[in-house]
Amino acid sequence: MKSAIENRDRVTPEGRQSRMKQFTGQSLSWDLKDGVIELSLHRAPCNEIGLLTLSELEKFAGALEGLAAESHALIIHSSLDCGFCAGADLRELYQGVQKIAKSEARKGVREFLERVHGVMNTIDAAPITTIAAVHGVTFGGGFELALVCDLIIADKMARFCFPELRLGLIPGFGGIPRLKRDLGNAVVRDLLLTGRSINATKAQSVGLVSQVVGEGEALKVARATAAQIGKFDHRTTIVAKQFIKPIPYAELKLEIDIFCDLFAQPAVEAGLRKFVESTDAQPYLP
Amino acid sequence: MQTIDQTLDEVLILASTHFKVPREKLSPDDDFFKTLAIDSLQALDLLTRLEQHFHVELPDYELQGVSDFRSLAGRIQARL
Repeated sequence: MKSAIENRDRVTPEGRQSRMKQFTGQSLSWDLKDGVIELSLHRAPCNEIGLLTLSELEKFAGALEGLAAESHALIIHSSLDCGFCAGADLRELYQGVQKIAKSEARKGVREFLERVHGVMNTIDAAPITTIAAVHGVTFGGGFELALVCDLIIADKMARFCFPELRLGLIPGFGGIPRLKRDLGNAVVRDLLLTGRSINATKAQSVGLVSQVVGEGEALKVARATAAQIGKFDHRTTIVAKQFIKPIPYAELKLEIDIFCDLFAQPAVEAGLRKFVESTDAQPYLP
Repeated sequence: MQTIDQTLDEVLILASTHFKVPREKLSPDDDFFKTLAIDSLQALDLLTRLEQHFHVELPDYELQGVSDFRSLAGRIQARL
């Protein structure tokens, strides 16, 4: 049976046929104009990815095939000041698992992750050039969302981080396989095992970010880059992308298995509780 | 190499300028979360500005428990 990771139909509900050129949801919006799709995240406080955001991302992934037929680039950005995305909605996750039995919680987490991976894989494989225009907090699942894109254009105030190990987990939205695909293993280990955040300049120096731009300029530069990309032959771009950017399906599936095994450990619940109930001045450091 | 006092002074000026708090209201031993009235996300912003200004990397785990300007300047000084 085909897994949800590889099953793109899983994330293609009503949107695929309808070619929704515009959508405004509670957590994100998109608009197709002049061959460029702009996906804007706007769920306060900092675009945390919970069930609502996921359902709207699935709607987008479902519409993407139709949108891609009329476009050459996708830009993902945040319209919130705080940053691009702070990752998974840990408060929703913690509150959700408190209400159900542990075995059910584990099953629910797997289902959630498989749905997230469905979206991420669809964007990763999109037959257009994808650009993450990031600023501020680009943490955990937000970092992983940026990593599915072909290019990351970063505001100089952007910060990248995988804080998951502090919760007794690994990144679960495909971060490790994609980071490994793009960077040397030493950098991956540094980010993963220390959980430290790095700024945009450092991220560029290790090859993660393609352009570092001034404060508030990431979207503007992404638009200029998208315009440049539009000058090239679209079919050649698709071939080049498929050649250079294979999707590590086997590792992505393994990541879900490892995440779910870890999620069953008592340390995770304790870590989540500590994070959710923290009044610490630095709660982003669980 | 600059002294710790110079580093501390630059930290205070940077914090004052960016968070729009008069320099004379900032003291080395102030809790910067309280004095600057910043939350954890703004603290990340401060961290990035300090890294850019001093051309250093400041792993955030090194800053856990650090909440006064003097200690912050000490962490930066150790990486200059």
